[in-house]
Amino acid sequence: MNEPTLVSARGVSLAFGAIRALRDVELDLWPGEVLAIVGESGSGKTTLLNVVSGRLRPDDGAVWYRDPQGVLHDVHAMPDPALRRLHRSDWGFVHQNPRENLRMGVTAGGNVGERLMAQGARHYGDIRAAAIDWLEQVEIDPARIDDFPRTFSGGMLQRLQIARTLVTHPRLVFMDEPTGGLDVSVQARLLDLIRTLVARLRIAVMLVTHDIAVARLLAHRIVVMQGGRVVETGLTDQVLDDPQHAYTQLLVSSVLQA
Amino acid sequence: MKGYNFGYLDEQTKRMIRRAILKAVAIPGHQVPFGSREMPLPYGWGTGGIQVTASVLGPGDTLKVIDQGADDTTNAVSIRRFFARTAGVRTTTHTEEASVIQTRHRIPERQLREDQILVYQVPQPEPLSRLEPSQAETKRLHALADYGLMQVKLYEDIARLGQVSISYDYPVMVNHRYLMSPSPIPAFDNPKMHGMPALQLFGAGREKRIYAIPPYTDVRSLDFDDHPFRATRAPHACGLCGATDSYLDEVVTDDRGGRLFVCSDTDYCASRRETTQAAAQ
Ligand SMILES: Nc1ncnc2c1ncn2[C@@H]1O[C@H](COP(=O)(O)OP(=O)(O)OP(=O)(O)O)[C@@H](O)[C@H]1O
Ligand SMILES: [Mg+2]
Repeated sequence: MNEPTLVSARGVSLAFGAIRALRDVELDLWPGEVLAIVGESGSGKTTLLNVVSGRLRPDDGAVWYRDPQGVLHDVHAMPDPALRRLHRSDWGFVHQNPRENLRMGVTAGGNVGERLMAQGARHYGDIRAAAIDWLEQVEIDPARIDDFPRTFSGGMLQRLQIARTLVTHPRLVFMDEPTGGLDVSVQARLLDLIRTLVARLRIAVMLVTHDIAVARLLAHRIVVMQGGRVVETGLTDQVLDDPQHAYTQLLVSSVLQA
Repeated sequence: MKGYNFGYLDEQTKRMIRRAILKAVAIPGHQVPFGSREMPLPYGWGTGGIQVTASVLGPGDTLKVIDQGADDTTNAVSIRRFFARTAGVRTTTHTEEASVIQTRHRIPERQLREDQILVYQVPQPEPLSRLEPSQAETKRLHALADYGLMQVKLYEDIARLGQVSISYDYPVMVNHRYLMSPSPIPAFDNPKMHGMPALQLFGAGREKRIYAIPPYTDVRSLDFDDHPFRATRAPHACGLCGATDSYLDEVVTDDRGGRLFVCSDTDYCASRRETTQAAAQ
């Protein structure tokens, strides 16, 4: 690919005491691309997501982000206000547990509208129209706009979180096991929705999952992690159909057995 | 009064509070911490306001103290008496005669001047306290001017109740930068803060915060373009002076359920009645 990268991690390492959670990780993400980070529990997936998104500082290495003007930023050298601004405009975060991100005491419409208001939107009618539009896009009945999230099912909560995150059209969304903890049928519908939305809006996604099937469905490329290292990376189909690394072969075969 | 320094507080404390005030004036709407002292009055009686007043008061000043607009409530009377004794300053109930006005819950109806200082008693200085319990986080939100959360609260009111339900302590943006609590004044008074010629100082004793609005500062009540802020009052004329532009209190006049709407600013009401009487004679 000749297009410049959106995010690049170079030589990223991080240890928690004796645990080497990340070891010399290299990673590139291009605009509009869905990149899956796969690996077994404890392999460092969430830690990598947190380091790339600036929420955790690495011991070594750097993460670079290219803004819409083409200017490169060292994510961990950015002043806190600039990083926060990035997180509420160009970037988004979808947590495994939607309750961590949603405001449970605020209506569905208020949850979806918050990022718009944080960016300075001051027209109630426009904010409401955007909230209705986004509820529809994530297949929540717009009649529920003034209901509290606590009256929503787990799948609806996750879809509401997605609407709340995408309403400002971020260029990059970090997702950590977005379908974890949901019923299989609910998962399938949600995955389908995520795939449609990110393709249509050309959003780049860094997706953490331990579920190879999720990666296959959503991701253009895959990064396989083991013990804090990237052991294999490539186009999703190539990596999954013809895994080179012994650990990837094990991961893929264990799915086939399941 | 013997045994006390002028205005009760010692000079060192006053200097410390004045430094906080200067800082507050330099950063309009920003809450400045200060070393609040124990006062011979309980919190809730305006110990923050009293300390600010004590620090700005000079022997030549004339002090007015109001509580809910009235000069004659226990709280107002005792604070006025406190300064008459400890500072020996002149006191007045007339807004236009006062150089320093300490207030709880109201801004006088009469337009204030450049040579006047308005000191507010503040129970809770943090406008985000009810939305975000963590003080570290509210500090960060102020530092980043990240006030989406407050706007969400207004959105929620309109979505669920059809209008913003805040009638007291209605949050304002000061100088296009800091979100500020105006203290529990009625929203009706908010527009008076905007571009006021007088210096406005706010003191919170329990929370140990001072903040300020310098003269002629831009002060805007939060709202939406299509749901603009409106200063509302009871739709009546004052039962005593006939005023239709003042903030009214509803008072019970007898034990048979008789009610009357009267100006909450007692000095404003009295002076209007004097003027009409004089004109009639
Ligand atoms: N804050 C922390 N303090 C100490 N150790 C940590 C911390 N966060 C992660 N670790 C350790 O770092 C390693 C990587 O953890 P991480 O959460 O990144 O794994 P993961 O791949 O996301 O696993 P899972 O699939 O279970 O979520 C693990 O050994 C974990 O115990
Ligand atoms: Mg994890």
